[in-house]
Amino acid sequence: MAEIKNYTMNFGPQHPAAHGVLRLILELDGEVVEHADPHVGLLHRGTEKLAETKPYNQSIGYMDRLDYVSMMCNEHAYVRAIEQLLGIEVPIRAQYIRTLFDEITRVRNHLMWIGTHGLDLGAMALFLYAFREREHCMDMYEAVSGARMHATYYRPGGVYRDLPDHMPQYAESKWTKGKNLASANEWRDGSLLDFIDAFSDDFTHKINEYRTLLQDNRIWKQRTVGIGVVSPEQAKAWGFTGPMLRGSGVAWDLRKKQTYAAYDKVDFDIPVGVNGDCYDRYLVRMEEMTQSNRIIKQCVQWLKANPGPVMVDEYKVAPPDREMMKEDMESMIHHFKLFTEGYTVPAGEVYAAVEAPKGEFGVYMISDDSNKPFRLKLRAPGFAHLSAMNDMVKGHMLADVVAVIGTMDIVFGEIDR
Amino acid sequence: MSNYKFDLSKKLADALLDKDIKLEESDHGVTCTVPLDSWIEVAKKLRDHKDFQFEQCIDVCGVDYFTYGEAEWQTDGVSSTGFSRGINAKGPGRFSWSERRQESMPNRFAVVAQLLSIKHNHRLTIKCFAADEGMLMVPSLIEVWPGVNWFEREAFDLFGIIFKGHPDLRRILTDYGFIGHPFRKDFPLTGNVEVIYDEEKGRVVYQPVSIEPRVLVPKTIRRDSRYVENMNDQEAS
Repeated sequence: MAEIKNYTMNFGPQHPAAHGVLRLILELDGEVVEHADPHVGLLHRGTEKLAETKPYNQSIGYMDRLDYVSMMCNEHAYVRAIEQLLGIEVPIRAQYIRTLFDEITRVRNHLMWIGTHGLDLGAMALFLYAFREREHCMDMYEAVSGARMHATYYRPGGVYRDLPDHMPQYAESKWTKGKNLASANEWRDGSLLDFIDAFSDDFTHKINEYRTLLQDNRIWKQRTVGIGVVSPEQAKAWGFTGPMLRGSGVAWDLRKKQTYAAYDKVDFDIPVGVNGDCYDRYLVRMEEMTQSNRIIKQCVQWLKANPGPVMVDEYKVAPPDREMMKEDMESMIHHFKLFTEGYTVPAGEVYAAVEAPKGEFGVYMISDDSNKPFRLKLRAPGFAHLSAMNDMVKGHMLADVVAVIGTMDIVFGEIDR
Repeated sequence: MSNYKFDLSKKLADALLDKDIKLEESDHGVTCTVPLDSWIEVAKKLRDHKDFQFEQCIDVCGVDYFTYGEAEWQTDGVSSTGFSRGINAKGPGRFSWSERRQESMPNRFAVVAQLLSIKHNHRLTIKCFAADEGMLMVPSLIEVWPGVNWFEREAFDLFGIIFKGHPDLRRILTDYGFIGHPFRKDFPLTGNVEVIYDEEKGRVVYQPVSIEPRVLVPKTIRRDSRYVENMNDQEAS
């Protein structure tokens, strides 16, 4: 028989389990991975450079397109950086709305993650269920911003507008009528908050349904237990954050430790793993969905009871309302300057981070007193996670590479920027 | 956490007394500018010293300070002909490859790292300016924090900063065979080459960009009246 030597294999960029445009150069010894070299950058758009040529507010939409499954969390980091440089305080109601939508985003992200991760490892059915629930979260985005994904909802100083009083309803059509129509509109009689409330009641049970599909599933455990084990020391040294760090047993969450928005006013727990393998990270993320659901519930309650402004009362940063513009000369000028030139931000540099669903999403911003950021650096959690790819898959089988890619929860919008 | 910035900068000043560091403390955090020759030594100390214990390096990035503080539109005085229209200036994004400015500037490139201590729950920004003697050079932090590998590759790719001691300094985000360092301020926003499919040759080819630089809003510097009080304080002190 011929002697078999190591050989090199190209994994991606069109491989469905590559989660986008990852190109992996795998050096294999039989089916065992000797070396993995991820090639990234196929989705590089130069977001940071583009932001340097635009007034601050015009780049908020770009943030949605970074990690395009957890849009509002990216916006949150960006607007927080601007707010810190400007030194403005955000109204309390806007803080709660941000907390609410950050958590809706986390649920969305984790639903996407569990769906695709399951799909990669052979759990077909879960994908459909997860996307069914994700659709409701899309509707919440749509109700509040008009866009299902790229919301551009957070603004420096607050959020673009208050939560709508009416949830849009499905009209009768060829496809949606009779019983279907009634069930599609089931939660949509009241306001957006009523809709979210109904969703969150329902979602508690849905998570348990997902668990029955996976938690003790023999195949699922065979594919994830003991795969991609990361010790807490390694996780720290490699710059891991979020569930990747918590899965290894490090109790670290920015929402608790360096709190922002209204996270200090709501009650929730941080799940932590023990073994640091793919299964523990699965458990952590599932529990995070439960905890997010808890936060959503509390925010809805607070928001129903406490009306108030959602934008800072400062016309240098936030536009005056339309009515004032028609009557008041100064409002008119403010509006005009804000939408042509933007606002100038005092010179300085700031690093603002939020606990995005994937880990610490940070924005490092340098301002030179002008209306555009001088330098914007986006710190994507997935970038640090993927850089440890080689160390995590070395010695594993080829099929485990897919499990490790899934457990990292990588999205190339944020890695390539 | 409220007082940690003050404590941290005090401890830093004590521990790194011999290192000629510059500390800046603001509402948003502490920045420590480190001279190039003690970059690694300071990093190690920050990781291992019991008062700091920055076990995580969250981010490393390059910064190009070229054109810092240059506006494209004069706003602080009116000439006899009125304000300029701010359409002809060649600031960031508004020039093509042939129009790029080629000037030298001392201390143009910096490397900035964000550190995080999980143990003490504090953050620190450290910064160092790259040596520029024909080649931009900064020692690599990879022996201190292995996680900076890709971040340094990125800074090399986008700014051309060479990290001495880095084992695998390849380009990471740009195309295979890319020329230039796109995030430098003298690199045009429109880029240099574009990719098209050539029907005659039957393959994808590179050609010089055909699009015009087109950034509409000029970069404007205003020291807003809100901050004037602050500025006066600074000047007085």
